[in-house]
Amino acid sequence: MKYIDEYRDGRLARDIARQIAAEARPGLTYHFMEFCGGHTHAISRYGLEDMLPGNVQMIHGPGCPVCVLPIGRIDAAIALALRPEITLCTYGDLMRVPGSNGSSLLKAKAAGADIRMVYSTLDALRIAEAEPHREVVFFAIGFETTTPPTALALKAAIARDLKNFSIFCNHVVTPAAIQTILESPDVRKLGTVKIDGFIGPAHVSTVIGTEPYEFFAEEFQKPVVVAGFEPLDVIQAILMLVRQVNDGRHEVENQYIRAVTQFGNEKAQAEVATYFELRDSFEWRGLGEVPYGALRLRPQYIRFDAETRFAMVTPAAKDNPACECGAILRGVKKPADCKLFGTLCTPDTPMGSCMVSSEGACAAHWTYGRFREKTRRMDAGRAVA
Amino acid sequence: MNVMMKTYRRKLDIRNGLVDLSHGAGGRAMGQLIEDIFHKAFDNEWLRAGNDQSAFVVPGGRMVMTTDGYVVSPLFFPGGNIGSLAVHGTINDIAMAGAKPLYLSASFIIEEGFPLADLNRIAETMGDASREAGVPVITGDTKVVERGKADGVFISTAGVGMVPDGLDLRSDAARPGDTVIISGSIGDHGVAVMSKRENLEFDTAIISDTAALHRLVASMVAVGGQHIRLMRDPTRGGIAATLNEIAHQSRLGFRIDEDAIPMKPEVAAACEFLGLDPLNVANEGKLVAVVAPEAAEAILAAMRADPLGREAAIIGAAVADEQCFVQMLTSFGGGRIVDWLSGEQLPRIC
Repeated sequence: MKYIDEYRDGRLARDIARQIAAEARPGLTYHFMEFCGGHTHAISRYGLEDMLPGNVQMIHGPGCPVCVLPIGRIDAAIALALRPEITLCTYGDLMRVPGSNGSSLLKAKAAGADIRMVYSTLDALRIAEAEPHREVVFFAIGFETTTPPTALALKAAIARDLKNFSIFCNHVVTPAAIQTILESPDVRKLGTVKIDGFIGPAHVSTVIGTEPYEFFAEEFQKPVVVAGFEPLDVIQAILMLVRQVNDGRHEVENQYIRAVTQFGNEKAQAEVATYFELRDSFEWRGLGEVPYGALRLRPQYIRFDAETRFAMVTPAAKDNPACECGAILRGVKKPADCKLFGTLCTPDTPMGSCMVSSEGACAAHWTYGRFREKTRRMDAGRAVA
Repeated sequence: MNVMMKTYRRKLDIRNGLVDLSHGAGGRAMGQLIEDIFHKAFDNEWLRAGNDQSAFVVPGGRMVMTTDGYVVSPLFFPGGNIGSLAVHGTINDIAMAGAKPLYLSASFIIEEGFPLADLNRIAETMGDASREAGVPVITGDTKVVERGKADGVFISTAGVGMVPDGLDLRSDAARPGDTVIISGSIGDHGVAVMSKRENLEFDTAIISDTAALHRLVASMVAVGGQHIRLMRDPTRGGIAATLNEIAHQSRLGFRIDEDAIPMKPEVAAACEFLGLDPLNVANEGKLVAVVAPEAAEAILAAMRADPLGREAAIIGAAVADEQCFVQMLTSFGGGRIVDWLSGEQLPRIC
């Protein structure tokens, strides 16, 4: 833990918090969006909000791959998993994401679908090798961080000539989503969301580098600080953003110099580029269609594409009309603004995706921060086992 | 002249044999299994009497009774196995009432094909644990089910104990201002078991904390029984679940201090890379006590004098809180809720 405790040092944190309070100008309000759910989780888990002055506010962004997956994709995966020849391999977080009509992969599993929880793409490959009579589909999901492992799994599948392995590709990309947020009417015209800067996800930048952010830091004149996921990383990034705003700068700064470089991991990028290409457009829950917002397999690897191989259809599916996940993912609303939050929707009975993943804004606020809501009853009293 | 013919019995092949359906069929094979494995491991006067039940005399007073099922996977883990777990867990449920555990029962549901060597090892560990604790297993049952209908072996237990006169610990007895004490480091059992889970295997020096806590409890009761409001062993769901249960049953909240919670660095590191919150991870040899503040130091000192309470620490206090929140001051400096775990303990995906 030696290398982690250093990034959670409370004494250092209080020093930085004092600096933020001293440098944030009283007449100004600072709104920073942490794009990534990993940051949202860290902010909630370590109680960072308690340490910031009132005029420095964090807006939770859409950077949670489970949260932005449209219901239709979950429905499509459930329909696929229910086919008798299919073994669907998935990360655990996806199991409880609600599909249409109260369905979920967890319920499909109980109903007999062969769904296996895996910890890595390699587990899925192993299953495909061990059970050649099964059609093994890996439910691929995640940002730039998780795409290279999927690419390597494909590489291995080709090398081993695995004929029963394919991928349901839901990999999405970060910069396109940030651009969509900045171009959304909420931010540009209506002014309902004020964003003065971004905290960029470090793990994504270990792969893509800081360079992809330089375009919109310049174009939209918003500062970006790429930061790590430990609480000290986050609070330091906030200080760096405050300073940029005060100086009138809009640069891409790198807080996570211990692993992030300007151009990232070019080897990983090359592996990804070998197997994947950008989709023209992809639906993100909350953001709608995001141009170039996701990846798909290149045509020469289409035999590994589960969507083609099994003629999967992604049905148009609507969120619960009362669920505010969409507005929360755009930063327009906060979790507690949603009528369902803490009433019908809790991590035990999630209605929307933001309440499922521990990186979702609603789950993080419910699990760690709901004591800050004074006005509503949030105790979720329950029978004790 | 009546000559007793001693029938020849092939010895049970404990080293290489497997449990088969005849071992649960009620015939000689079952008798032999019970005799050669269980009676040998648990040996005591009640089992030697060979009845279907065991009789014992108890003094007058309040008794407690508990029952528990054990389905741990894997069956063997660093620091113990399902057998020691069954003995310790049952004793601890009795001890949390402040009671002195007296007798245990154990019922085994065994899967066809289970190695006799493993069964013997489990029974021997269980016998050792029960002797060490001074709480005999005085009656039991054996069933064998077809392959695939169980996972190796399941153990179901019951236990009875006597509560000392004047002691009445209840789950709704905590009051605002009370002190919360934990008997030692958290998360050891859960991490030890997880380190041996299929697909998750990792090397760790952590061993399960599985232990019987009744002697620790007796020393606490001796110095301040009337000041102990209640005790719980934070097993599944960890101390987070335990504190939330008490908060709701006593209709109050807790404020705890992350820096005060004892935790081994190896456990913290394993939880970090598994994406787990150690507050949710199971313990099998720890207790949480809510005590009157004026007696907290004396009870803490008594705990620290016991080998199982050497690292005991005060971790927080009960407060009036209509919403029954368990809140923690993080080492980092901010506040957070400590909640029940939702669903299974799932590692993060990215």
